[in-house]
Amino acid sequence: MDIELQLAVENLFARYVHALDDGRLEEWPEFFADDGRYRITTAENFERDLPLPIIYADSRAMLRDRVSALRHANIYEAQRYRHAVSSVLVERIDPRAVRATSNFQVVRVMHTGESTLFASGRYLDRIRLSGKLVQFEERIVVLDSRSVDTLLAIPL
Amino acid sequence: MSAVPESRVWPAEGLARVPYWVYQDDGIYAREQERIYRGATWNFLGLEAELPAAGDFKTTFVGEMPVVVTRDEKGALNCFENRCAHRGALLCLKDRGSAKEIACVYHNWTYDLRGNLTSIAFRRGIKGQGGMPDDAQPESQAPRKLRVTVFCGLMFATLSEATPPFERYVGPEVAARIRRVMKEPVRVLGGYSQMLPSNWKLYFENVKDTYHASLLHLFFSTFRLNRLEQKGGVIVGGEGGSHVSFTMMKTDTSGDEYEKAGMRSVSGGYRLEAPQMLESVDEFGDGVTLQILTVFPGFVLQQIMNCLAVRQVLPKGAGRTELVWTGFGYASDDGKMTERRVKQANLVGPSGYISLEDGAATGFVQRGVQGAAAHASVVEMGGRGVESGESRVTETSVRGLWQQYRRHMSL
Repeated sequence: MDIELQLAVENLFARYVHALDDGRLEEWPEFFADDGRYRITTAENFERDLPLPIIYADSRAMLRDRVSALRHANIYEAQRYRHAVSSVLVERIDPRAVRATSNFQVVRVMHTGESTLFASGRYLDRIRLSGKLVQFEERIVVLDSRSVDTLLAIPL
Repeated sequence: MSAVPESRVWPAEGLARVPYWVYQDDGIYAREQERIYRGATWNFLGLEAELPAAGDFKTTFVGEMPVVVTRDEKGALNCFENRCAHRGALLCLKDRGSAKEIACVYHNWTYDLRGNLTSIAFRRGIKGQGGMPDDAQPESQAPRKLRVTVFCGLMFATLSEATPPFERYVGPEVAARIRRVMKEPVRVLGGYSQMLPSNWKLYFENVKDTYHASLLHLFFSTFRLNRLEQKGGVIVGGEGGSHVSFTMMKTDTSGDEYEKAGMRSVSGGYRLEAPQMLESVDEFGDGVTLQILTVFPGFVLQQIMNCLAVRQVLPKGAGRTELVWTGFGYASDDGKMTERRVKQANLVGPSGYISLEDGAATGFVQRGVQGAAAHASVVEMGGRGVESGESRVTETSVRGLWQQYRRHMSL
């Protein structure tokens, strides 16, 4: 096992979830390459090879649009997430890219105090390494459940 | 038939008022199950394209009643109650699949794809011991069969013999607008569902409420997708509970009614960095960029630019609703068209730029009226009646819903 590679990937994941859980949404697109892709789908769609996404972006600009809509356009009640990411498997594809698979659980905490297990699933990632820069080329969020409670505003 | 308590009297103002108990009362909810969902209505089951081959089946619901939908050996579509004649267990446990027959897991009673009971395990006993009496009539408790109609690839079912033919049920104008979108064979692009913390009627009203669209959803108004001064219209069909609203592409962007009124939904310089998401083609050739259509009591057909979907509204108790989305394109789509539809799917669903708020807004009403069963909402935009018209500053199709609802419910 390449310990340094494993740590680099897990460090990316840790910075990613802390940014989201701390509400620093503006930092979220910066974890992706310029032409990075992000998709939230369900396990059912994924297994049946059906393309319908819950969220889909094929550039960092589209991710920034998502953040800007969440900040300025969309209406949703105050809420926070708490991510737990585990079982991180890392596989090198070539000197500049790795594939990673990990599990996640997200607790959603509403301003009312209601705290629930909001989502669980897998992250399927393709990660680019160039020097010290470690970025997502692609992050597919595969939700275990086909059902989302009320709305999914903050990204996973 | 459950009786309506005396406290549940509709306000004298008629369709211009909706009493809040209608979203809360468990007795009303039970009455809806018998008089609406199991009554003379067409309930949406899904797209015919979900069951392309003989033997294909899916499970879904008519109101709260579980049903199985199948395509039999002859290619005909069937719908029957997902309940074994024996002890009432669910017959079919999978969401979808393919089968030659359906067997109840509990005691292996078996049914054909039309819902007929074909065999009972050990009916004659074993070696003369046990088994059923000769005069037993387990078929008397067989799962009920529903009448299925397929209109332009959309499957609907009803338990009642009194439900009028589908086209008469929705009216000619709504039928024509279904044909417009379901113009050729479709291909399913995927699905998901959303659990809404509200009564099913709050969501169905929300879909019919053209007045809220550009006031709640900022994304629409900022990008001039559906400003109320744009050309379009609202058509109420059938007994009132079906409708279609549509908006034409706006070419003149000089209108400033929102800015003058100081509406929250228009904020200055908000622009997309990647507006390619909104690039669309006029695939219907009529300039209509948005068409939302409903069929009472729980079907929505949506065309938002090139993003097409059907939505099934399923009641899950007086305060909970499941909204099942199925996105689709046409079998003839090329890769570029599919990519366009998939990108525009960002507009809808639980994370939709223009639909995210609906899941929450209906919940705000459900929570807001908790102590106000004796009060009522005010539904007077566009008058107090039910008419079709060009303006979308109206609640005419919301009143249409209540017209049909009250008729079915005798309220």
